[in-house]
Amino acid sequence: MAFLVRRLLLTLPILFIVSVLCFSMINLIPGDPATVILGPEASEQAKDQMRERLGLDKPIVVQYVEWLRGVLQGDLGESLIDQTPVATLIMQRAPVTLELALGTFAVSFTIAVFAGIVSAYRRGTWVDYLSTGFALGGVSIPHFWLGMMFIIIFAVNLGILPASGYVPLFQDPVANISAMILPVFATGLRESGELTRMLRSSLLEQLGSDYIRTAFSKGLSKRVVVIRHAVRNALIPFVTASGLQIAGLLGGLVVTEQVFQLPGLGRLVIESILKRDFTTVQGTVLVITLVVVLVNVLVDMLYAFIDPRISLSSKE
Amino acid sequence: MSEAVTSEGSQTQTIEPRRERRLAGFWRRFRRNKLAVFGLFIVAVMIVTAIFAPLIAPSDPKAQNYGLTLQPPGEGGLMGTDSLGSDVFSRVVYGSRISIESALISVGLALLVGVPVGLVSGYFRGFWDEWVVMRIVDSIQAFPFLILALVIAAILGGGLGFAMIAIGIGFVPAFVRITRAQVLTVRGLDYVEAARAIGTGNLQVMIRHVLPNSLPPLLVQTTLAMGYAIIAEATLSYLGLGAEPGEPSWGSMLYQAQSYLTTAWWMAFFPGMAIFFAVLGFNLLGDGVREALDPRTHG
Repeated sequence: MAFLVRRLLLTLPILFIVSVLCFSMINLIPGDPATVILGPEASEQAKDQMRERLGLDKPIVVQYVEWLRGVLQGDLGESLIDQTPVATLIMQRAPVTLELALGTFAVSFTIAVFAGIVSAYRRGTWVDYLSTGFALGGVSIPHFWLGMMFIIIFAVNLGILPASGYVPLFQDPVANISAMILPVFATGLRESGELTRMLRSSLLEQLGSDYIRTAFSKGLSKRVVVIRHAVRNALIPFVTASGLQIAGLLGGLVVTEQVFQLPGLGRLVIESILKRDFTTVQGTVLVITLVVVLVNVLVDMLYAFIDPRISLSSKE
Repeated sequence: MSEAVTSEGSQTQTIEPRRERRLAGFWRRFRRNKLAVFGLFIVAVMIVTAIFAPLIAPSDPKAQNYGLTLQPPGEGGLMGTDSLGSDVFSRVVYGSRISIESALISVGLALLVGVPVGLVSGYFRGFWDEWVVMRIVDSIQAFPFLILALVIAAILGGGLGFAMIAIGIGFVPAFVRITRAQVLTVRGLDYVEAARAIGTGNLQVMIRHVLPNSLPPLLVQTTLAMGYAIIAEATLSYLGLGAEPGEPSWGSMLYQAQSYLTTAWWMAFFPGMAIFFAVLGFNLLGDGVREALDPRTHG
């Protein structure tokens, strides 16, 4: 319980700083934000209107308090381009990113568990070299390039999967899945590299422990020792570490969505940046970051729950 | 140890061979790791290519030849030509310059900011360390790295220079954390206490006694960060917020290639392979340095 309270207390300043950083985004634009957003040719009247709309004519603390009050009520402001509420834009795009993130996580987790266990189980054999080579390749490969190669091979040359586009899951499940296979695997293969390396080293550490030697000395087979004892313990840090990779995963999806033209949150950020629609950028980045913070808290709690030896002090 | 304290001269004599022995041991362990040597080789090739790009590249990377557009490898040179008739091989060769340069600048910036902050924060601890510095570090790390870099680059106005700064800012928290963690492990050790006891000032203790112990993990992090910086620069350039489309950057070459995936695979294939090998080189080198510094980590 003390762990839980302390963890939540530590989250409060993070949430505060994240909110300040997101809020400051528009104020940090060098020069006059209204001129940067509208362009140097815009009239003074238009610039004044923009400053008023952004609330830049008020003291900065007042701006922050008003903005935060809106955020807490679910009001993330309006798009500077077409006045659509940012929250609506996010709700429209979130399902695509959620589907992509879950698919990527499933692919990377499955590959990593299989490759990590096989690699540690057959340490020093060609299977281990193949698996670690694959993992090292995974972490070194730019996944947006991998996506492009997948498009060339599976969409252009073999013609078996679509190169880009998105169909909602409930509209046409088959078309949806075939559109998601390439992006999910392009990102998932890359993510699996890091996870495979993590699980392999965690398993090797377990296999060198005294309790494993005891299990062997009792006459248990290698398979039983590895699967029943070592894997179970190695999975604890692995599961939490893979959960903590959510930030990297969401960052990676920004580019994947761009390569495959998927209308998700990442693409919303990029489109808004290129259109200089900073309120949309601000709101979307805030929501993505809050998701990361929340997932990290949940993963930490899960970690403490499945392994009672853990306390926050020992983690730090 | 007794001769080490007899005079200043003999102390230097004993410390120097010890340092040399340590370096020799490090190099011996590093050399035994074939993958690490391969990584060093890739990085060396990349650096040599970047330095001697004008001698290696057969043509000007920005030269356009509209009579020779989209020529496949072989007919249009070693790696073919792009949609503007530029030689892809020459652009890949010159691309190594932009990648190395941006990685050095962004990682250098992160070191310049992250190490002093981590050092001071970990050394003095207290409210500022736990509730200000570390919470800011946590908050910055809550932002997905690429999104943070994208937003900073966009706020600053785009372009390669700002992309490097944005990537550097994204790396700062990792360097703060690593330096601080090392400082925390050594600040209570006897030799640091002894230095304080004989009246050595805080700044001197930090620089002469605490910082040197933080160098090994920082070296590993720097090497690995170089690889990640190359991917980050390529990504920002691919998304149009790094190098200009005409520049021979691997990322902007991929941006240009996106429209020609159905007709000219080589435009995307070769710059991507260059990124892959560059990052692989730094990753292997980083892993090798880590294992040579601490043989217990060997998998």
